[in-house]
Amino acid sequence: MAVQERIEPQAGNIVDMSWDPITRIVGNLGIYTKIDFDNREVLSCKSTSSLFRGYSVFMKGKDPRDAHFITSRICGICGDNHAVCSIYAQNMAYGVKPPPLAEWIINLGEAAEYIFDHTIFQDNLVFVDFCEQMVRETNPGVLEQAEKTDAPHAGLHGYRTIADIMRAFNPFTGEVYKEALLMSRITREMICLMEGRHVHPSTLYPGGVGTVATPTLFTDYLSRLLRCLDFIKKGVAMNDDVFDFFYEALPGYEEVGRRRIQLGCWGAFQDPDVVSYAYDNMETAGNAMFVTPGVVVDGELLTHSLVDINLNMRIELGSSYYEDWVNETKFVDRDPLGNEIDIRHPWNQTTLPKPQKRDLEGGNYSWVMSPRWYDSRTGDRLALDTGGGALARLWVTALAGMVDTPYVKATDGQSIQIHLPQTPTSAEQTLEWRPPQWSNAIERDRARMYFIAYAAAMALHFVDKGLEEVRAGRTKVFENFDVPDEAIGCGFHEAVRGVLSHHLVIRDGKIANYHPYPPTPWNGSPTDSYGTLGPYEDAVTGQPIFEENDRDSFRGIDIMRAVRSFDPCLPCGVHMYLGKGKTLRQVHSPMFGEAHGG
Amino acid sequence: MEQASTAAGNGGPESPGVEEVHILWISEGMSCDGDSVAVTAAGQPSIEDVVLGAIPGLPKVNLHNKVLSPTLGGEEFLLPFRQAANDELDAPFVLVIEGSIPNEKINGEGYWTSFGNDPATGEPLTLNWWIDRLAPRAWGVVAAGTCATYGGIHAMAGNPTGCMGLADYLGWDFRSAGGLPIVNVPGCPIQPENFMETLTWLLYQAAGLAPVIPLDDQLRPQWIFSKTVHEGCDRAGYYEQGDFALDYNSPKCQVKIGCWGPVVNCNVPKRGWQGGVGGCPNVGGICIGCTMPGFPDKFMPFMDAPPGGGVSSSLVGAYGSMIRKLRGITNKTVNEEPKWRHNRPELTTGYDPRLMT
Repeated sequence: MAVQERIEPQAGNIVDMSWDPITRIVGNLGIYTKIDFDNREVLSCKSTSSLFRGYSVFMKGKDPRDAHFITSRICGICGDNHAVCSIYAQNMAYGVKPPPLAEWIINLGEAAEYIFDHTIFQDNLVFVDFCEQMVRETNPGVLEQAEKTDAPHAGLHGYRTIADIMRAFNPFTGEVYKEALLMSRITREMICLMEGRHVHPSTLYPGGVGTVATPTLFTDYLSRLLRCLDFIKKGVAMNDDVFDFFYEALPGYEEVGRRRIQLGCWGAFQDPDVVSYAYDNMETAGNAMFVTPGVVVDGELLTHSLVDINLNMRIELGSSYYEDWVNETKFVDRDPLGNEIDIRHPWNQTTLPKPQKRDLEGGNYSWVMSPRWYDSRTGDRLALDTGGGALARLWVTALAGMVDTPYVKATDGQSIQIHLPQTPTSAEQTLEWRPPQWSNAIERDRARMYFIAYAAAMALHFVDKGLEEVRAGRTKVFENFDVPDEAIGCGFHEAVRGVLSHHLVIRDGKIANYHPYPPTPWNGSPTDSYGTLGPYEDAVTGQPIFEENDRDSFRGIDIMRAVRSFDPCLPCGVHMYLGKGKTLRQVHSPMFGEAHGG
Repeated sequence: MEQASTAAGNGGPESPGVEEVHILWISEGMSCDGDSVAVTAAGQPSIEDVVLGAIPGLPKVNLHNKVLSPTLGGEEFLLPFRQAANDELDAPFVLVIEGSIPNEKINGEGYWTSFGNDPATGEPLTLNWWIDRLAPRAWGVVAAGTCATYGGIHAMAGNPTGCMGLADYLGWDFRSAGGLPIVNVPGCPIQPENFMETLTWLLYQAAGLAPVIPLDDQLRPQWIFSKTVHEGCDRAGYYEQGDFALDYNSPKCQVKIGCWGPVVNCNVPKRGWQGGVGGCPNVGGICIGCTMPGFPDKFMPFMDAPPGGGVSSSLVGAYGSMIRKLRGITNKTVNEEPKWRHNRPELTTGYDPRLMT
C-alpha cells in the first residue's frame, strides 16, 4: 500500500520519494521529492508531466474556425472553458460581436461548469484527503480529536462532530461523497442545456451559439440550479468547519503548501453591454467582467488590465523537452495598440518538441514549459500560480472592487459578499470572503467552496439577464462573420482551475500559430532557466510533515494535500515521486521486492 | 499467451461466471481524461451502482481508475497493474484504455507518455509497455473514447506523436485471454451511458449471464452504433421538407452549415448527452463526426457543409433508396481511418513544426 520508496544510502534520514502517477486529478503528474525524516521537512520537489500531445503543432495550417472544436479536447474536465476561450480569441480575429443573449448563455454554461467541476474535485477528489478513512490512516491522533470536537456549524449542515463530517466524505460510501456525485450530474445537465454537451460542447461557435433560446431552456436550468443551492450552503459550512479544525488540531498547518502570494486571474463572464472583442476594448471589457482579471503579488493588486496581463506573458524553458524558438520566425512584432511583443510571448512561440530521457538531476524532466509573468517593476519573471483557480479569482475580484450585481458584490475593495436566496431546505444566507493571511493548501481548498457559491449566485443573475432578452423577443444568438486572410486574436478566460489564454495568428486564412496557456502549465511548470521553481515545486519545498506515520509506512498525505490544492489537471500541463534513490525497497506490499525483479 | 491463461483464464465467454473482476483503467494515452470524467456523469447505470454491487447479477467489481482512485497515487495506485503484469492478480480483469497510442518507435530515448516508472531503472514505463503486457492477459479489453478506438484528435494530420487507435496498435484481429476482440466505445468523449451500458454487458457476460457482446466490423457495440445521427435527430423532419438552417440561429436541419449527421454512426440525438439532456444537432450543435474512425480529418473544416450532405440534400424528393446509396458511400469513407495511423517505425503524418512560418 505504501508509496514505492527508492532509498539512497546517504547521511541522515534523507529519502528520495516519488508519487507517479498522482491520483484523483485529471492527467499525468509525477512529484519527486527529497524528505528529511529527522527534521520532518520536504527538502526539494520536482514536478513532471510525462505526456505530450502536440496541439500547437498539429493545429498549424488548419481552418481557424476549427480551433474551439479542437482545443476543447485539450482538457477532459474543463474542455468547455477552452472552447469558450478559443471563441473569444476567434471573435477578436474575425471582428465579430455575438448577440447579448449568446453571451448570457455562455456565461450560464460556464457558471455551471465552475459549480460542477469545483464540486466534483472538492468533494470526490480533494476531500478524500480529509476524509475519516484517510485521516485514520495518516493522523489517528487528529481523528481522535475530531471525534471529540463539535462542529461549529452543525446547525447548518447537520453533522455533530468534525469526525462526522469527515465520515460523510469517505469515498463511495460517505453521504456527502455520494450526494456530490449526484450534484455533479445535475450541474453537468445544466452545462448540456446551455452548451449541448459536457465536456466538449456542441453548440458553441465564434459569433455566438446554436442553443435554442426558449423560456424552457431557462426554466430547465433554473430549477436545477435551485436544487444545488441547498447543497452549496451546507458545503461552505462543512468546509469551513474542517479547515478551521485542521489549523487548530495541527498548529503550523498553514505552512503546508504555502508560498509567496503571487496570484494571477484572467477574468471570467463577459458583460455583453461592454465587450466588443476589439483589442483596444480589451482592458475596458476586462474590467466589466463578472470575475475581475488581475495580478496580486504580496497582497497587492499590481494590475487589473488585460492588456498588461497580455504584454507581460513570457514562456520560458529550462527543464522542458523542447528546443528554444528565439531564432525562429516572429509572428507578431507589435500588438494593435503599438506595444512591442516579446519573442517569448505565446503569439511568437514556435513549439519544437524534442523527446529525450528524463533527467531529474539538473537536466530536462518535463513536457510542461514554464510560463512566467514579467514584473516590470523589478524585472522578475514571476512564477504566478492560480491558487487552484478560486483563490486567485476571489482575491483579485475582492481587491479590484468592481463587481456589483444583485447577488454578488465586491465594492469595498476588501471583500466579496455572496447572497444566496432562500431555497427548499435552507434559509437565505450571505457569505463573506476576505483575502486570507496565506496562500497555502487550506486556503486554496477553502476558496474553492466559496467560489462555487459565487458562481451559483452569478448564475442567478445571468438567468435574470437571459430571460430579460427572451421576454423582450431578442432571441438572436448568432452573428455571421468572415475569416480574414491575416489576423491576430487573443482570448482571456478562467478555466476552472485558473488562468486560461488562447493566442491565435491567422495567415492565408489558416492557423499559422496557436498557443493555449491553461492553468496547469503555470502551476505545474518545472524550474525555469533562471532557476525559479514552478509553483508546485515551490509550495512543497520546505514544507513541514505532519503525518504521524514513520518513514516505513509514510503515505505523503501532507504533500498530496499541497499538490492537490492547486487542482492539478495535467492534460494541460504534471506527476509526484519519492526522491531519486538507487536501490529500491519494498516498504509494504509483498509484491514489490524480489518478486518484481524488473 | 500461456501465462495469461493461468492468470485470467477462468472467465472465458463460454465458461461459468466469475464472481469478482478488476477493472484496470489506464488513461495515460494521448487523451484529455474526458472519458474517465464522462463515466462519473452516467446515471444509467452510475459508476457507484456498479462498484457498490447495486446491480443484481454483476460480479464484485474492483475499479482502479486514476481519477477516482481513493489511493494517494504512485505505487499504492499502481499495485494491481503491476500484479496483473506479473500474473499475480487474484481475479480476472478488464483492461480499459483511454487515449490514443503514440508511436514510441520514432523518438529515440525519449517517450511521449508514460505510466509509472520501471522500478529497476527509475525510467518512465511507456503506455505501450503496459499494453504489451496487460492486453494479452486481460479477460477483456475495452477502448474508451475515440482517441483509444481510432486515434481521434491527437492523430490528426501533422501530429508529432504518430499516434493511433488501440486496434491499429494491437492488430484488428487481436483476441484477449477471454477470447474477445477489442471492444470499441467511440465518442469524444464517450457518451456516459453508452460506456456504462457496454461495461455492464461485459460484466454480465463475465458473470455468465449474457452472451458474447455483439460488435460491428469497427468493433462497436451494434445496438448503440448501428443507426446514424440523422436517423435519430428530431430536426430530420425539416430535412425531409427541404427546409434547412442557413445559420446557427435557426432550429432547423443543420446539414448545410456543417452537420455530418446523415453519415455518422451515433445515438446521441436520440439518447441525449446524459440523462436525456443535451446532445448535438437536436440542440443546435452540428455533428462533427466525433465517434467515427475518420474523425477529425475527414470532417474538417467542421463548419462547412459536408460535400456529400450538399448533394443529397438537393435530392430530397428523389427516391429514398438513391439517397441511402449515396450516403452509404460517404458513410464507408468516414468509417475508415486515415493512412498515417500505424505502428511502423516512421512518422507519416506530415508533421512540420515550422509550417506556415
